[in-house]
Amino acid sequence: MITRLNISGIYVLDQDQALDFYVGKLGLEVDTDADLGFMRWLTVRVPGTDQKVLLERPGQPAMSEETAAEVRAMLTKGAAGGTLFFACDDAYKTHAELKAKGVELTEEPEDRGYGIDFGLRDPFGNNVRIAQLREG
Amino acid sequence: MSRAVEESNRRLLRARDAMDRDYAEPLDVPTLARIAHVSEAHFIRTFRAAFGETPNRYLQRRRVERAMFLLRTTDRSVTDICMDVGFSSLGTFSRVFRDIVGEPPSVYRRRGPLPPVPTCFAMAWLRPSSFGEARRG
Repeated sequence: MITRLNISGIYVLDQDQALDFYVGKLGLEVDTDADLGFMRWLTVRVPGTDQKVLLERPGQPAMSEETAAEVRAMLTKGAAGGTLFFACDDAYKTHAELKAKGVELTEEPEDRGYGIDFGLRDPFGNNVRIAQLREG
Repeated sequence: MSRAVEESNRRLLRARDAMDRDYAEPLDVPTLARIAHVSEAHFIRTFRAAFGETPNRYLQRRRVERAMFLLRTTDRSVTDICMDVGFSSLGTFSRVFRDIVGEPPSVYRRRGPLPPVPTCFAMAWLRPSSFGEARRG
């Protein structure tokens, strides 16, 4: 029986740049940053939670250079499929804070019934949503 | 795939995001090309290469998608919705809507309210195809 989602992953073009964005700007924290030799295992999480996001750089030896190039192209076109949905306690305040940090915001906060949410892109093209969810 | 192409894709995506966000504004190619930091001719060519359609067609489809949403979630008139989503002519709106969706706005509205799905995701998914399926249907 599956009990919870432990790790999910997205592709990033540069893991140092990803750290700067997800930790430095969005406020996540590093869970694991380990050089495995064949790859850098880099996961982050929302402070106080245990669900991790793997920030994976597409490339060899997991995939050929040709395939990695296709993944990078899809990623930079916003079509890699990696969407992260975060929750926050105040969408307007969070939006303003991220705007001040120079984050590329794609949509203003809007009440969508289930809550107030807004959108942004990470530096690579991944879609990120942040919502102040309505209780109940 | 070179780094230059990836950076170009990323800039084009920024212009596409602007269309998704500011579709109701009178966006034109010079404005969008400035967002992508390229010339107008280069913008149209590279946008089409990256996303499979011209910027103008992409914007039309976003506006029609928003109109489809409003038709099924509000009581606003077709004329008001036409203006809300960025069309300046009801005739153009009706023609483009029918061309893309395959039926007039008033007929589409009769399908009734949309089911409760996350609307941010629905917006990304529901933009109707630009490849002529409606005309073939």
